[in-house]
Amino acid sequence: MIKRSFLGLAKPRLQYSVTVGTVQELPVPSKVILLLKEPQNGGRGNGLKVGDSVKTGQRLSASPEGVEYVISSVTGTISDMAPYVGMLGQKCKAITIDASGQDDWDDSFNKEPTLDAALKFFEYAPGNPSFKAFTDPEKSISAIVINGMDQDLLLTANQYVVQNEAADIKGGVDALKKMTGVDRIVITVPDNLVQQASTTGADVKSVSATYPSSLPHMIMKDVLGEVVLAGDSVEDAGVVFMSAEAVAALGAAFQTGQPCVTKIVTVVGKDGKTTNVRTRIGTPLKDVLQACNVSLNDRDRLIMGGPMTGAAAHSEELGVEPGTDGIVVQDETNSAQVTDYPCINCGECVRICPVKIPVNMLVRFLEGRFYEDARALYDLDCCIECGLCSYVCISRIPIFQYIKLGKYELSLIEIAEAVNE
Amino acid sequence: MSSEKGLIPHDLFPWKPAKVSGKAPQEKLIVAHAPHWHDGSKISTKNYNIMIAALPAVLFGISQYGAPALGVIALAMGSAMVWELIMNLAMGKPWSIGDASAAVTGLLLGMLMPATAPWWVIALGTFIAIMVGKQIFGGIGFNPLNPPLLALAMLVISFKGVFDFDEALRHYDLGFAMAYPLGQLKYFGTAAIGKFSVGDLVMGKQAGAVGSTFGLGLILGGLYLLLRGYIRWEISLSFLAGVFVTALLFNVLGDSSKYAGPFFHLFTGYTLVAAFFLLPEDSSSPANFIPMLLFGALAGFLTVLIRNVGAYVDGVPFSILLMNLANPLFDKIRPKAIGKVVENA
Ligand code: SF4
Ligand code: SF4
Repeated sequence: MIKRSFLGLAKPRLQYSVTVGTVQELPVPSKVILLLKEPQNGGRGNGLKVGDSVKTGQRLSASPEGVEYVISSVTGTISDMAPYVGMLGQKCKAITIDASGQDDWDDSFNKEPTLDAALKFFEYAPGNPSFKAFTDPEKSISAIVINGMDQDLLLTANQYVVQNEAADIKGGVDALKKMTGVDRIVITVPDNLVQQASTTGADVKSVSATYPSSLPHMIMKDVLGEVVLAGDSVEDAGVVFMSAEAVAALGAAFQTGQPCVTKIVTVVGKDGKTTNVRTRIGTPLKDVLQACNVSLNDRDRLIMGGPMTGAAAHSEELGVEPGTDGIVVQDETNSAQVTDYPCINCGECVRICPVKIPVNMLVRFLEGRFYEDARALYDLDCCIECGLCSYVCISRIPIFQYIKLGKYELSLIEIAEAVNE
Repeated sequence: MSSEKGLIPHDLFPWKPAKVSGKAPQEKLIVAHAPHWHDGSKISTKNYNIMIAALPAVLFGISQYGAPALGVIALAMGSAMVWELIMNLAMGKPWSIGDASAAVTGLLLGMLMPATAPWWVIALGTFIAIMVGKQIFGGIGFNPLNPPLLALAMLVISFKGVFDFDEALRHYDLGFAMAYPLGQLKYFGTAAIGKFSVGDLVMGKQAGAVGSTFGLGLILGGLYLLLRGYIRWEISLSFLAGVFVTALLFNVLGDSSKYAGPFFHLFTGYTLVAAFFLLPEDSSSPANFIPMLLFGALAGFLTVLIRNVGAYVDGVPFSILLMNLANPLFDKIRPKAIGKVVENA
């Protein structure tokens, strides 16, 4: 954990890691756990059941026409299907597949680079690329940004891909151009990777290595010179973001004819030692930790993602998800602790917020649950979710959590209003 | 799905890990929201640093006025903590003296008192600071006014005699003109302040409150706090600039036999202690850049205005309290958040 410097007049500067090591290849795990989202309208198909045998690369969905799916990362049999509630109440099915040890590839994916194929096979690719915006009639996508730097601190999965798999990224860029018809493809990388990135065929832009400059909203502002309006997504502003790993997976898949079923994960132990591993999507976190010699104790935090925005998992039996760029283990003394102290108005959060939100006022409204006022008066919707305000808060208020909760509550109100209309 | 079993924690995570035979139950992990890092800052650390920064000025006061000064500081800090504790108990809230904010409030009020102040005035002062200044608004973070200054203002109004530094300190002979510079100025004009050279004022050769005469010590303490980021330089420096410019204007454009020059105002009375210890108090001052500058500069302007044409010898408590009241308005001046949509624009 990086502490405040002795001379606190200067703002703390959190730097991304940009030096990339090697990647350790993990063996195929004995089982994988994949989280299949349940469709929002509640309709449930019964396309999958315990005992089904599945092949590597096979698309698993509750019903044949279902939009939510996972791609099996092993060949084997489904041994368990259990309900699971993820972040913010997202209902899922946790599908456990016992691996047979041999890979038998499913052949329903053909090498035709069409949007349809992308929607059907690549939304579960590493990095969770989303292709829905390209088919949304309300959005007109004019550019694709390939993010060649991980969004959170410590993690280097994407840096690794840019450094070592630029050829796959190039294939991915070509495929993206063909399937989406979007010509403007930009790749953003830290300074030391500009050279490798220039071979990908995308327009190379360098980004600063200071957090949070790799968050999509910051890239929009600093690199593309466009400000995303409050409450809008980057897609609303006409840009789709994809991680370098996702694009490389795309490129590799169209070359080999097999969808990508592995994920590069940066594992950070309690001593701060980082290891990059490539493992099957769905590998239990436990297996990954074991392979990296990281042990867990009671009251540790097991973070899926990075230290600023990652989600602390409740169990090491969860699987690596396509979006899990890192696994960080912290012991209790090194974890941020929150208090119920009130805001003392020290202004640290105001000075550090990258989008100039008056967080000292915002947090008062959020604590009082005045979410609508928080949005109307104090710019809740402008927040780009970097977590820096919580990081510096001297009262140790869980500001970032309040912000997420506020946005979630407002989204519930909106859904309710939409239903009533 | 399993709600009929009642709300045990497992129900919040209805997914049961696949059974692994013969394995011990897994570790209990802590689930918490991001960010998982914190810069390690703490309210108590900040307050301890404020105390450290106040030390040179306080030690100097004790060396000048001896045991009574030590008594004032000790009593002020002790009684402030006792009031805080009593209030915590009365309201059934967790004890908050551990954050050291009551101790700082007591220390600052002690620094503003003459060494001769009777014990009950000090105890009353800290009572006002803690109870009226802070706790009735909800405790730390909720006080709209600066607690020690509120107490000081009430005491100055109620017990004028105690704060007549010339009278109170007349038994001391410390080897320099034992007179309260601002009092001399107010009643005898600039002719009477010729005996105070700027150098003497900075080195504390002036009569005054326990912790506010040693200019050099206060400046060192203030710089320490500024550099370590515990106070906002914008507020301190704009206050000093406000005092300087206003005093200069009075001195140059006005009657220079009545109005003292800018350096005199900077190094006398409560100016420096206000600039570094009182004005930047978090809860009663703004957090945005332009408001901080306005807040400091206007407080400096009012301070000199009161000193020069007002009824009180030193304008610090009143000018700052007035600005404290205006603080919520100041903080309405803020930069536009990036991405904010301005309606009807
Ligand atoms: S998380 Fe905090 S610091 Fe970051 S953008 Fe949102 S309000 Fe600002
Ligand atoms: S950092 Fe925390 S205590 Fe300071 S102003 Fe922001 S919310 Fe308040």
